[in-house]
Amino acid sequence: MNSDSTQSYSLVVKKACPTCELILPVIQQLARRVDLQVYVQDDPDFLESLDDINSSDDSSLEYSFHNKIEIVPTLIRRDGKEESGRIVGWDREQWREFSGIEDLGAELVAFKPGCGSMTEDPGMQEILAARFASEALSARRIDLADAEDEMEACYERGWTDGLPVVPPTPVRVLRMLAASDRAASEIVGRVPPDYAECSVEKVAINAVLAGCKPDYFPTVLAVVEAALKDEFCMHGLLCTTYFSSPVVIVNGPIVKRIGMNSGGNALGQGNRANATIGRALQLLIRNVGGGKPGGIDRATLGNPGKYTFCFAEDESDPEWPSLAMDRGFRRADSVVSLFAGDGVQPVLDQLSREPESLALSMAASLRSVAHVKKYGMADAILVVCPEHRRVFREGGWDKERLRQALYDHLMTPGTELMSGVGGMTEGMPEKFKDKLLNKFRDDGLHIVTAGGTAGMFSAIISGWVASGDKGSQLVSQKI
Amino acid sequence: MSNLTMLDPTSELNPAERQLLPRLEQLAGATIGLLDISKPRGKEFLDEVERQLLELGATVNRYCKPTFARVAPRELNQRISVECDAVIEGLAD
Repeated sequence: MNSDSTQSYSLVVKKACPTCELILPVIQQLARRVDLQVYVQDDPDFLESLDDINSSDDSSLEYSFHNKIEIVPTLIRRDGKEESGRIVGWDREQWREFSGIEDLGAELVAFKPGCGSMTEDPGMQEILAARFASEALSARRIDLADAEDEMEACYERGWTDGLPVVPPTPVRVLRMLAASDRAASEIVGRVPPDYAECSVEKVAINAVLAGCKPDYFPTVLAVVEAALKDEFCMHGLLCTTYFSSPVVIVNGPIVKRIGMNSGGNALGQGNRANATIGRALQLLIRNVGGGKPGGIDRATLGNPGKYTFCFAEDESDPEWPSLAMDRGFRRADSVVSLFAGDGVQPVLDQLSREPESLALSMAASLRSVAHVKKYGMADAILVVCPEHRRVFREGGWDKERLRQALYDHLMTPGTELMSGVGGMTEGMPEKFKDKLLNKFRDDGLHIVTAGGTAGMFSAIISGWVASGDKGSQLVSQKI
Repeated sequence: MSNLTMLDPTSELNPAERQLLPRLEQLAGATIGLLDISKPRGKEFLDEVERQLLELGATVNRYCKPTFARVAPRELNQRISVECDAVIEGLAD
């Protein structure tokens, strides 16, 4: 080789690795014959017993990180400054060929695999990335003073919804980002009401704030993408004086993979994924979009779901199509759907054992969405509980039959809905008097199933009164 | 200096430093609290501030910390925040 004069070797080892211990005589042999620099990850005194070794303490792991060391020992050869090859572990023939030293390690076993580099310890990659590759992150850094409490600091800067948040340190954000293959700098869209540009990194920071595990991050990204779809009308939804806010429903294999709750108390508290995925969107709207109560958010009352409202559908009945399937996806797809919705209203029916009776109960309850005499205004989601679903199944009804029955039962003559009827001034305008009206616009009533196996209690999640083309429509996004 | 670094979750349209609360646009009609921290001659100083504030059309409420050596009691802080639009603290010496 004509570049021999500039050829050099680097070797990365750790004392805790028996293979590195084994090759100590080889290191001595190498150091006498070639230009060798050894980097020790754990104990800087590891090579003390050897003579004239150029040894560097890499307990910071900076060299190992920058050189992408995965296994120790790793022997790297450079011609000039360029790496011309590397070998890992101990393989006598390979080392002899690689170094050009024919009798290298003659007294050792022929082969012994190496150990994992300390850079591959759990969680270490993100810690090292935060320390040595911080250019991967572009968000503004906020250094806290010694006396500042990190939890209070988040409150004081206005980042929270009123509940504590997880301080978004670079390491936590890098761990979140590592759960997706998308670049931190990729722009997801513009977040209303400020229409500020939002990068994958900003989504990750808010997911950290919300308490998400990195496992949830791809779902959070899909939720954000769905929220930014034009037909969801996030800007108007945030500004409205009405109650509504995004309700997130998750379908598909992802539900089990990240441990979401579709069973008992599915709409309630207690499941980290349900709680934090919904919250991540709310915090993103607040922090990146600038939408805050009393500012652009003009809700008269709001609703508790504005902290978070996210649940998974119970897909345990293979005969019952999921919401995602209603929207054109397959059972095998993982999908998030967003609905502009309010609180939860119960549909109690403990006596119906026939589908006809139960469907009538549900339809009667659905009439009260927004106002019993306001039709075609708000959409709704009917959350059918398992015991009610069983009534339909045992009665031979599928989801389509239920949907059709609800549609039929919710047709109402305009005369019954006029302003003044029942002594109530609120009602439909005069022009609808001679028409037959449905409570919901086409595609305005969605049916999902969730809940515990005991209790004949379904639920209505009523929607924003600006629905359809005039406002918000249910949107779905594949994860 | 710092013991923790956080990444800004916002759109970064506002400065990172904590912002001052909005200032009063005028004193006329405003209620101003004068907080005496219980140092000698604080009363005389605040009497003069009160006279001038009244001339400018403000309403003045007077408060007193039990001792200058400690932070104001929580109850006093809360009372001032409810009863006043702004507060002037009378640091003597």
